[in-house]
Amino acid sequence: MAYRVLIADDEPAIATSLEFLLNKGGYDTQIARDGEVALRAAKTFNPDLIVLDLMLPRLSGLEVCMALRATPQSERLKILMLSARGGASERERARVAGVDAYQVKPFSTKELLAQVRDLLAGVPIGK
Amino acid sequence: MLQGWVIVCASFAYIGFLFAVAWYADKRADQGRSLISTPYIYALSLGVYATAWTFYGSVGRAASDGVGFLPIYIGPTLMMILWWFVVRKMIRITKINRLTSLADFVASRYGKSALLGSLVTVIAVVGILPYISLQLKAISTSFQILLQYPEIVMPQKVGTAGIMNDTAFYIAVFMALFTVAFGTRKLDVAERHEGMVAAIAFESLVKLIAFLAVGVYVTFVMFNGPADIFSQAMRNPQLAALATPFGGAAGNYTSWIWLTILSMLAIMFLPRQFQIAVVENVDERHVNKAVWLFPLYMLAINLFVLPIAFGGLLHFQVGSVNADTFVLTLPMSQRQEWLALLVFIGGLSAATGMVIVETIALATMVCNDLVMPPLLRFTRARFMQHEELSNLLLDIRRAAIVSILLLGYFYYLLAGEAYALVSIGLISFAAVAQFAPVVIGGMYWRNGTRAGALAGLSLGFIFWAYTLMIPAFAQSGWLSVALIEQGPFGIELLKPLQLFGLKGLDQTTHAMIWSMLVNVGAYVLVSLLSRQSAAERIQATLFVDVLSQTGERTGFWRGTASASSLQTLVGRFLGPARAAELFDGYARSRGVAAADELDADARLVRFAEIQLAGAIGASSARAMVSSVVQEEPMGVDEVMAIIDEASQAIAHSQELEEKQAELEAATRELSSANARLKELDRLKDDFISTVTHELRTPLTSIRSFSEILHDNPDLSIEERSRFLAILVKESERLTRLINQVLDLAKLESNAAEWQNVTLDLREIVDDAVSTTSQLFKVKNVKLDVNFPGVLATVAADRDRLLQVMLNLLSNSIKFCDAERGEVVVTVSQQRESVQVDVADNGIGIAKQDQAYIFEKFRQVGDTLTEKPPGTGLGLAICREIVSHFGGQLWVVSEKSQGTTFSFSLPINTVAVE
Repeated sequence: MAYRVLIADDEPAIATSLEFLLNKGGYDTQIARDGEVALRAAKTFNPDLIVLDLMLPRLSGLEVCMALRATPQSERLKILMLSARGGASERERARVAGVDAYQVKPFSTKELLAQVRDLLAGVPIGK
Repeated sequence: MLQGWVIVCASFAYIGFLFAVAWYADKRADQGRSLISTPYIYALSLGVYATAWTFYGSVGRAASDGVGFLPIYIGPTLMMILWWFVVRKMIRITKINRLTSLADFVASRYGKSALLGSLVTVIAVVGILPYISLQLKAISTSFQILLQYPEIVMPQKVGTAGIMNDTAFYIAVFMALFTVAFGTRKLDVAERHEGMVAAIAFESLVKLIAFLAVGVYVTFVMFNGPADIFSQAMRNPQLAALATPFGGAAGNYTSWIWLTILSMLAIMFLPRQFQIAVVENVDERHVNKAVWLFPLYMLAINLFVLPIAFGGLLHFQVGSVNADTFVLTLPMSQRQEWLALLVFIGGLSAATGMVIVETIALATMVCNDLVMPPLLRFTRARFMQHEELSNLLLDIRRAAIVSILLLGYFYYLLAGEAYALVSIGLISFAAVAQFAPVVIGGMYWRNGTRAGALAGLSLGFIFWAYTLMIPAFAQSGWLSVALIEQGPFGIELLKPLQLFGLKGLDQTTHAMIWSMLVNVGAYVLVSLLSRQSAAERIQATLFVDVLSQTGERTGFWRGTASASSLQTLVGRFLGPARAAELFDGYARSRGVAAADELDADARLVRFAEIQLAGAIGASSARAMVSSVVQEEPMGVDEVMAIIDEASQAIAHSQELEEKQAELEAATRELSSANARLKELDRLKDDFISTVTHELRTPLTSIRSFSEILHDNPDLSIEERSRFLAILVKESERLTRLINQVLDLAKLESNAAEWQNVTLDLREIVDDAVSTTSQLFKVKNVKLDVNFPGVLATVAADRDRLLQVMLNLLSNSIKFCDAERGEVVVTVSQQRESVQVDVADNGIGIAKQDQAYIFEKFRQVGDTLTEKPPGTGLGLAICREIVSHFGGQLWVVSEKSQGTTFSFSLPINTVAVE
């Protein structure tokens, strides 16, 4: 069994690169192209971690994050937010919304993978 | 039977009652509960305009001229419209300067000129004499007629019985005593008379009631209502002519207009009207109500003029009864002795009202502006030894009143019989009209000078006397009639009634045209040619700018004086007790305990001068004050310097005000500019942050895939080439984005280079179509292009227009129907422009989104499907380009009905290389 990671990003190229990286790192992945799809996938795919783009169509990354944090089963869910904006206020807003880690685009692929690893360390693999 | 003694007793009873009214009003005034401080009393007292002339003469004039009597009352009504600001300003000037009369007003305006004051006084006295004689004539005639009751006998010619047997003489004497008692009763020489105003208002009521009573009696008792009178009159062709305007003997348009103008001026410049309306005014705000109340009074008193005139003409045999007496003789013919007596009292009230106010006003002028100045100048030393001068002032006024009334009587003897009442009155109207240019000019035209005023007034007066007064004397047989018929010394051109060959006008119109022409002409011309003295300039500013002045004026004065000497001086004229009261009051207002501690500064001197002016007039007051004040000699240069300084200060303050207004406007502009800038700054920040975000997106892909390729040498060939293709695509996207951002920045900052040439849009469209034809083919989109046969050229940059066309075409490919794409390009000639439409058959753009699509980085699309590739800057760039050429870019679309982007460019009218 492997950890499941949901990739929520509307940029096909970025989603493709994340998919490749995470698969290569031994994670199961699924891609969601907008906020609503991401929310649905969170239920059906039941991921251990979501790589969540901030600027998603339909529902923004923040809205998705808040919606997920409002449900009890999200307690063990880790959220890693990706954003082109790296300002302190944005980071803070994301933290308050329930984001566990924050990466500014463009990111280093190694760092990203390390962060995913750290976030899931000690977390039992979900069913 | 009406005995003589009944009439006399009734008259005295009436006069006695008047005294009671005046006494009561004075008492109330002393108690500080003024009876007359209401606009209604003010408006009623203005009714002094309606004299015995109105009371008897209107009917007389209506009987000869029909509705021709009306202009005399239309004028004042029209003037009321101007009153609101002209008279208000007059009142303000008069109150501030404590002016006592019209003569004082004029003298004060033109540098406190005693000469000008005297001239105005002389004109007023000479001009008003006929008017006063008219009142005497009216009362004596009505008295004599009433005495014959119940017979109706016209009185004999004047003069045949000798002065001692002439009723008019006794009436004149009686009136003189009465006015003396009335106007100079108290030892108060102040300019206002509250008791008199109350009595005058009461008289206005009495004459109105009496006239309405006759009117109602004639109309409804002798005849069966107005309809009956008029229908009877219409059956008589002579009377019918009277009921139409301009139908009467003296009735033509010119004289209507001039009579109206004349009475417009009279209502302001008759000394009694000035006295009541301006000098006696208690509160400026009363003018507001009087403006409509007074015309109402005029209307009421004229209501029955025509019915009575027609009634008289129908009732009496033609020529047997003078129409001027209809008001009285009609009730007499019906044996209505009490009504006849009421009419007589009404006429008496009209006459006494006029005589009281007019002679008091004239006497004030004579005393303050004619007698005092020379008295002060030539006998100052002796004069100053008098302890108490207020008695002397009262004596002068009493003598003036008696003289004026006796002069009026003599005029009556000389010229009274030759004219009807109305014509006599018009002579006086024309005389006072001469004051209009110098007064009105003085109030609104800063540059009117003393010399100009003297020239205008004297010439106007001379022409008035020559064209009106002298003919009046000649027509009454006192001068040779040859003067009128052949002109003086047989010179035709100088004939008084046809001066310089001006013919075909009635006497009054003729006189008005000439006198006003020379009056206004001389006033303006001489004013323009002469210089104002220092004092004149000060006064002119004071008058013209009176409404904008605030606070106390300190005046330009340097010198030394003692407060006590000033108080003594004022005491001489006003009485020591009154002076002490005034000075103590002034001291308190300045925060000083007692009058003798006052600094004798410019303000105190001015205060004393104004107190004196209330009693002896502005020019005399000036002379008196300067006799106790050691004024340091001040050269003209120095005075001019002070004035220049002052006027500079005024100019500066006006400039400052303007500057302040400008500054405020500038501040407002700045703050709105600032708000705009802030908004722009915010937009710029948004733009930068958006651009950054947009740049980071392809950069992220590029970095990720580069790292992937670098870290994973063992990638399969397929994967490697797939990632490399993404890398290339994202790099292209990044490049395109950067180019467009730079391009847009260049366009927006006007840094772009334009090479404008004359273009045929068809070429551009062709070019763009052939460039994109491959793309259309690949995407399987059908393309139609429609050109018109004839097309005007435009002036634009070829490459930029091509950029727009390419952008619109590639957009249309992107957004047209995915399966059966169809794009139609239409070029058309509009009235002043050339238009290009690019229509696709795609999903369309929702109305609410249409405004956004031209904004930067606003892409509208169904994001569930693939996000449309593009930078989100294309349309913003296109709009910038099109508007640079003076054109427009817009979109028409319905959801799922396809989208048409259109742009139009103005037709090229200027030859461009």
